[in-house]
Formats: sequence, structure tokens, C-alpha cells
Amino acid sequence: MRYEAPKTTKEAATFLKKEKGAAFILAGGTDLLVKMKLGLSEPDLVVDIKKIPAMNAISHSATGSKIGGAVSGAELGEHKGLCKTWPGVVEATNLIGSDQIQSRATMVGNLCNASPAADSVPAMIAAGAKAIVVGSTKRRTVPIEKIVTGPGQTSLADDEVIEAITLPKRGKKAGDAYLRFIPRTEMDIAVVSAGVNLTLERGVVKTARICLGAVAPTAILVPAAAKAIIGTKLDDEALEKLAAACSAACNPIDDKRGTIEYRVRVAGVLAKRAAKIAFQRAGGV
Amino acid sequence: MSSVLVSTTINGDPIEFACPPEETLLDSLRDRVGLTGVKEGCGTGDCGSCSVTLDGRLMCSCLVLSAEVEGRQVGTVEGMVENGQLHPLQESFIDNAALQCGICTPGFLIAANALLERNPSPTEKEIRYALAGNLCRCTGYDKIVRAVQVASKEMRKKSKKTKKK
Repeated sequence: MRYEAPKTTKEAATFLKKEKGAAFILAGGTDLLVKMKLGLSEPDLVVDIKKIPAMNAISHSATGSKIGGAVSGAELGEHKGLCKTWPGVVEATNLIGSDQIQSRATMVGNLCNASPAADSVPAMIAAGAKAIVVGSTKRRTVPIEKIVTGPGQTSLADDEVIEAITLPKRGKKAGDAYLRFIPRTEMDIAVVSAGVNLTLERGVVKTARICLGAVAPTAILVPAAAKAIIGTKLDDEALEKLAAACSAACNPIDDKRGTIEYRVRVAGVLAKRAAKIAFQRAGGV
Repeated sequence: MSSVLVSTTINGDPIEFACPPEETLLDSLRDRVGLTGVKEGCGTGDCGSCSVTLDGRLMCSCLVLSAEVEGRQVGTVEGMVENGQLHPLQESFIDNAALQCGICTPGFLIAANALLERNPSPTEKEIRYALAGNLCRCTGYDKIVRAVQVASKEMRKKSKKTKKK
């Protein structure tokens, strides 16, 4: 195995393009090193992206915020501005693993590992986040929901790296939230999860995005659930419609951690609760 | 296979070693540097026995490649002893019988120290959450939590005294 730590994203993409064997990106290593240990991945090349300045930065502009691909969960949680503007995204990311894991794990790694139960992904999709994808010859910006195509599968080309995640600019009357169900209080993988992001106008929901995790091969955006609450003050009737739309959108597996019936039902319950938190954070009453 | 040369700082001392690029920091610390306080439990980031600090941040050394620590600061349990004096957390673990077999203990000490550095007076709940990444199959955790509570009190008393001086 070769280890490379390039200084620019383009260099990283070029290393990936030139490698004939198995090449992997190393950010926090909380998935890659586990797979290497278990013999599930045998890299010929590991490209460490943590020496790339753009990967380590959190920045803000007129269009929103940008979080580098190597920013750890701990660094995200310590960023007061993002905790205030996108609490749901930060909380979702901070739910991943222990403090030890938080020191290393990244949102982009969570995304590219492509687990259907990844915690940060439904929150990012609900937020309308985008990925800045850098290849050896071109750059493109891709909505997060277009990155994961199935369990362990992404739409990225062999020479592409995600340099950063962008979050849109935030108005005052806006809020987001993420909830997951696990049978313990810490250190577990979501059985069902829900991310909700909404904005208000005169106390009424103006826009909404609702995304579910762990109930389908990928995280799923549920436009019907958003439609159920747009134009409402999140009254009980709207919440019931939201829950029904979420349950209807589920296509989960049956496993030891949750049955199909259970996951379908809990998806609606969690979406309702997350919507209430997001509504409150947006200043709704 | 070509190896990588790593120059790093471990517990304040400059250290150089060569290792294969796929070697973890855990293996280098134990087998090349001779710091066997760091333990391998699971090797997959679940148990926290191999906890170290890297530039002050708590992490599992089994999930770090040695090549990554070039030019950085590594802290292990061996670095908690100062001038031959055990750290208050170590004293408290002994006094409160917070260990039995001892395999998980270095990891718990490093994690507890990382917690107290950022939060000198944690609640029981905060201690339990902060130590959720460390597994112990002997104690049932209560004595570990108590030992951290006692140590945090002692350390606060000491820091007050030194401030007065």
C-alpha cells in the first residue's frame, strides 16, 4: 500500500485517476480503517485529504456556509455559528459514535460510506445541502440526495473527491431538526431517522424539506410529507398527514434491529417530532 | 514494500520511527515505540482501549495510520505521570477500585482526562456520555464514574490552591 497526502484537491483526484489498483480516500478513517482491519478493503493507495487547506475550512459567504470534507464532527459541534443556523445538521453529525469517533469522523465520510442509516445524511438532504465534487479534470456541484445510489454505492466517478458541503443561506424564520431511534441511549446505528427543515412566513410553514433515513436503500426525500405541512401552522391534522406521508414512503428491510411494520410506523412518529422541533426553532407557535 | 518515516512528538518527546504505510498508530506505539499502555481491544474503534490524544483531541489509535501523525503531538497514558507522580485521575482510580483486569483502564484515563480538560466539573450524566466510547467488562462502570467525580473535585481544589498562591 502507498500513502499520499497531497496539498490540493485536484492533486488528490489525480492520484485517484492514475492508480490502477484499489484507491481509497482517507479523511477520519473511522470506516476505512475498520474495513482494512476486517479485510473488507485492501487498498493499493490511500489518499489522505487532511493536508488540503480547503478540506479543513469552515467558511461563510453571501450564498451560505461551506464545510470542508475533512472537518470533524467535533469541530462542527464547536462552531457556534453553524450550531445556531443549522442545529439539526450539527446534531445529526454529532450523534455519530463516541467522542473518540467525533474527533475524526466527517460528514463527507459519512455520506460517501453510503450507509442507508448514516445520521448526517437525512439532515443534510433536508437542509438542501450540496456537495462540491472535484475530479481530475472538472468540478461540479451535486445535491446531496444525488450522491448515494444504494448501500455502499455512490454516483462519484473513480477520480472524484468531495471537497466540501455547502449549506444555503439562512433567513431568520427558519429551523431544522434531526431525530433518530436507537434502542440504547448512545453508540448505536439508527433504526429509523428523520430530518426536517422548514421556513415560516407569518407563522405559517412556507417551505419544508423532509428526509428519512434507514427506511430504504438510501436516505429518501419525501415531497408529499413537505406538502402536508406547507401552508399550515403545524396543527394536529397537518402532523397526521405528514406522518402518513412518511410512513407511505418507507421501503425498509426487516432485521434484528427493527421489523418492517415497526420502522414504517416509527418513521411517521419521528418525522412529526422533528417537525415540531424545527417549527419551534423557526419561531413558530 | 516501502516504509514511511514518521517524525512526531509523543508525550512531549520527539520520536522517529519507520513503519509500513498501512500500520496503525496503535501498533507503532506498542511495537516500535514501546509504549504498551495503549491496548488493543477491538481494533475497530468500538471499545476505546487504544485511546490517545492527537493534537489534544481524543481518538482511537487503532483508527489512525502512523503516517498521519507526522509532525503532530501524540499523548498516551504514560504521559499522564508527572515527575514520577501519578495523575489525580490515576490515584482516584486506585482509591475507588475503578479497575479490575486493567485492560480498559489506560483508555478510560485518557478519555476522562480529555473530558476534565474541557469541562472541569462534569455532571454524572456528562461523565457517562463522555466515556460512552470506552468499554469495561469488569467494573459495571459505577466505580469508574465515581473515580472521575472524585478526581475532578480534587483537581478543582488543587487548581484553586495554586491560583491563590
